Amino acid sequence: MNQYALFLGCNIPVRVKQYDVSARMVLKQLGVDLVDIRQFNCCGYPMRNTDPKAFLLSAVRNLALAEKADLDMLVLCQCCYGSLKKAQALMTEGGDIQEQVRRLLAEESLEYNGNVKIKHFLSVLYHDVGIDAIKQQISTPYKKLNIAAHYGCHVLRPSSVTQFDDPANPTLIDALVEATGAKSVDWPLQLECCGAPVIGIDDDLADNLMQKKLTDAKKAGAHFICTACPYCHIQFDTMQKRILSDNGGQDALPAILYPQILGLTMGIDGEQLGISDNEIDISHVISFLSKE
Amino acid sequence: MVFNVLLYISLGIFSLGLVFKIFTWFSQKIGFGAEAFTISSRLAAAVKGIAGIIFSLKLFTLVKVFFLDVIFQIRTLKEDPLRWLMHLSIYWGFMLLLLMHALDGIVTEKLFADYYSTLNPYLFLRNLFGAMVVVGLLLAVARRLIFKVPRLKTNAMDYYAIIILAVIMVSGILLEGMQIASPTVFAEMEEEYAALDDEADIQALESLWVKEYGLASATVRAPFDPEVIESGRELNEESCVSCHASNKWAFTGYATARMLRPVAVGLDHAGAVNFLWYLHFLACFVGLAYLPFSKMFHIIATPVSLLANSVMSRETSRRENIITRQIIELDACTHCGTCSRYCSAMMASEARGNPYILPSEKMGILKAMVRGKKLSPAERGAVVEGVYLCTNCDRCTVVCPSGINLRELWLTVREGLVQKEGTAPMMLSPFSLVRGLNRKDLPEETYAKPLQETQKALAGEFDSITKPDSLLDLSKEADKEGLYSGDNTFACCFGCQICTTVCPVVKNYDNPVESLGLLPHQIMYCLGSGLTEAASGARMLWVCLTCYQCQEHCPQQVKVTDLFYELKNMAVQKLENQLN
Repeated sequence: MNQYALFLGCNIPVRVKQYDVSARMVLKQLGVDLVDIRQFNCCGYPMRNTDPKAFLLSAVRNLALAEKADLDMLVLCQCCYGSLKKAQALMTEGGDIQEQVRRLLAEESLEYNGNVKIKHFLSVLYHDVGIDAIKQQISTPYKKLNIAAHYGCHVLRPSSVTQFDDPANPTLIDALVEATGAKSVDWPLQLECCGAPVIGIDDDLADNLMQKKLTDAKKAGAHFICTACPYCHIQFDTMQKRILSDNGGQDALPAILYPQILGLTMGIDGEQLGISDNEIDISHVISFLSKE
Repeated sequence: MVFNVLLYISLGIFSLGLVFKIFTWFSQKIGFGAEAFTISSRLAAAVKGIAGIIFSLKLFTLVKVFFLDVIFQIRTLKEDPLRWLMHLSIYWGFMLLLLMHALDGIVTEKLFADYYSTLNPYLFLRNLFGAMVVVGLLLAVARRLIFKVPRLKTNAMDYYAIIILAVIMVSGILLEGMQIASPTVFAEMEEEYAALDDEADIQALESLWVKEYGLASATVRAPFDPEVIESGRELNEESCVSCHASNKWAFTGYATARMLRPVAVGLDHAGAVNFLWYLHFLACFVGLAYLPFSKMFHIIATPVSLLANSVMSRETSRRENIITRQIIELDACTHCGTCSRYCSAMMASEARGNPYILPSEKMGILKAMVRGKKLSPAERGAVVEGVYLCTNCDRCTVVCPSGINLRELWLTVREGLVQKEGTAPMMLSPFSLVRGLNRKDLPEETYAKPLQETQKALAGEFDSITKPDSLLDLSKEADKEGLYSGDNTFACCFGCQICTTVCPVVKNYDNPVESLGLLPHQIMYCLGSGLTEAASGARMLWVCLTCYQCQEHCPQQVKVTDLFYELKNMAVQKLENQLN
C-alpha cells in the first residue's frame, strides 16, 4: 500500500544528491517503500517555454511508465511536480497535441489512462504518513531552532492544478517543520519565487530575488532556510555560496533540505543524510538537537 | 606471392591510418577555446601528462581499469548482461583467434613448441573462438534488427562492422568445412603424410575418413565393410593421428562439411577451397586496412578513453589534454546507443524529430563537424538544439560503456556552438541553468551575447510596433488561429492590474516598462486587442519566473502564466519557421 515510484528528476542525481539520499533514509524509517523506474525521463518542465509537444510527451511518458508499474508517483522536485500535474490536467482535455502524444507513446507500447496519482514527497509525509506517526519516530527534537520554511512556487500554484495546499495561506511545510520541534518563523516573502527559473537567462534577476528572500528570512530570525526542491536548493545553497565567496561575506543563511532537518531528529546520522554535501556548511544544526 | 603483396599493402594502409588517426587526436579541435593550442603544445602536454601518471600511484588505477573495464568490460555487464555476453563473445573470440590462429607463426608457435593447427587443443579452440564470435554477431544483429531496442539507431558504419566480421567468420568456417570435405585436400595429405602405394589401402583410409572425419568422396560410399574400416583405422593410427586430431573436434567445420557433403565433390572440382581461401584472406586484409577509418577503430580508441578518463579530471588536468581526450572520445564511441536509451531528453527528440538531441547521434554529427564537414543552416540549427536541449542529468556519462565523459563534452561543445551560431531559443529556458552555474568558467565578455541575440531574434518586430510614436495597424485582422489551446480567458480581463502588482519580476525594476517591454496586464490587453505579435515580442515573457502569482491572484481567472507560455511557444515557432 505505502509503495511509490520515486521520481527524482534530472537535477537531484547530479546536483543535489543529498536530497535523494536523505529522503530515502527518512521514508525507509517511516515505512514508505520506494521503487526506482530507470526508464523515467525528464518531467518536461524545461521544455515548456519552447515546445508544448516535447513538454507534454516527456511528462506523460513518465505517467505511463508509473501506470504500467501500477504505482503512484512520489516526486521530490517542485518543478517536476508542477509539470507532471499540469500534464495530467492537460491529458483530461482532448486536443491535437494530446493525440500526437498518445500516438508517440503507443510506438513504445505505452499508454496513459489517467490511473496514476502524483504526490509530492512532503504531501506523502503530511497526509499519508501523518504528523503523529512522524512525531513518534522523533527521538531528539530541536530546541530553539528557527526555520524559514520555503514552499517553492510549483507545488503551490496554479493551485487548481497542483492541489497541494491553500495557495494563499499554506501550512503544510510549516507543520512538518514544527513537528521536529523547530519554530517555523513568519516571513513576508515566504511564498515568493527563489529566482532559480531564470538562472542562466537573467542572472542578475535571479540573484536579486534570492537576496531579497534571504534578507527577509534573516530579519525574521531564521537560522536556516528549509527547502524541498532541487531548483530552490541550488539557488539557496550553490548560488548563495557563490555570492558569499564573491563578496567575501560571512552572513550566510544556509539552506537545509527538509529530510535533513527531519532525519537528524529521528536519530539518523548526519553523514547518512548527506549533510556534508551541502555547499554551505550546516553541521552546526546538530547543536540545536535536544539530548536524548 | 599475391598473398604477401596483399598482406603488406593492407598492413601498410593500416599503419599509415593508425598514425594519421593518432595525429588527428592532437590536430583536431573541439569546443570552446580549443583554437588557443597548437599541435605541438598538445603533444607536449600529453607526454607530460602521461609521464606524470606513470610515475605516480595513479598507475595502479590504470592497471585496475585495464583489467576490469577493458578486458572484462564490467561497465557493460552492469548495464546489460546480454549485451555484455554479445560483446565479450566477439571481443574475446576475435582477439584469441587473432593471436592463436591468424598470427600463429608469430605467437602460438613461439609459445607452444607442439603447436599444430590440426591438433588439439588448437583445432578445437579455433572452432570454439570462431563459434563465440558467430554467437556474438548473431546477438548483435538480433539486437539491432529483432529486439527493437528503443532509440537504438543503426547507421552505415554499424552495418559495415557487422558485415566485415561476418564475412571473415563465415568464410573461415566454410573454408575449414570445405577443406574437411574436399577429396583433393585428402589426396594431397595422403600423398604427403601416408604415401600409400596400395590402392586398397588408400580406399580403406578414405573410407574411414568418409565415415568419421567428414570427408566427401566420389570413389567410396557408405555402407562400409567393417573390415575395410578396421584396416583404414590401422593406417590412420600409423600415418595420421600423430598430427591430425579427429575432425569432430573442429565442430563448426565438421558440421559444415557434413552439410556440404551432397555437393562437396562438385564444389571441390570447381575450386571452392581456393575461392574460400581468397575470400577469407581478402576479408581479413580489407578489415585490417580499413580498421583505423571504421567503427572498429574503437578497439584502440575505447581503451585509451577508459584509461584516460580514469585518471583525468576537469580540475587537475591540463586544458590541452582535455581537448585531446575529447577528440579521442569521439573515436571511442561505438554507437551502442546505451546513452540514448536513458537520455532524459529522449522524448524531446521524438517530439521534435531531431535525432541530435540523443547523445549517440550527437556523437556522430560532432565527429563529422570536427573533421570539417560543412553543415546546412537547418542542420546547424538542429545540432545547436541537440546540444542545448539537455537537462545535464549526467545519465549518459554514468552508463557509457566506453567511459566517455559526455557531460564535459556537451559543456565544451555547447558554449562553442552558441557563441558561433548566436541564436538558440532553447537558451531562454531552464535548460540554461547549467550554463548559469558554470558562468565562472566562461569568458565574461561573451557570456551575455548569445542570450541577447536570441532575445532580439525572438522579439521580431516588437520594437517598431511598440514605439510610442509608431502607429498601430488596427486594420489588420486579429490572428484568429492565434492560440493553440483556444484559451481566451484574457477576454475576461477587466484591467485591475493585479497580475502586474504581484509580479516579482516587475517589482525588481525601478522602471519596469523600460526593462520588460510590456507588463503582464499590458500583454493581456494586447491579446484582447488581437495584437498577438506585439504580445509575443516582450522581454517580460522570457524573464517570467513562471511562479504563477499572476494567474493565482487574477480575480477573473485569466490564465496569465499559461498564456505567457503559449506566447513564448508561438514566438519560438515563428522564429524557427523563419530560419528554416
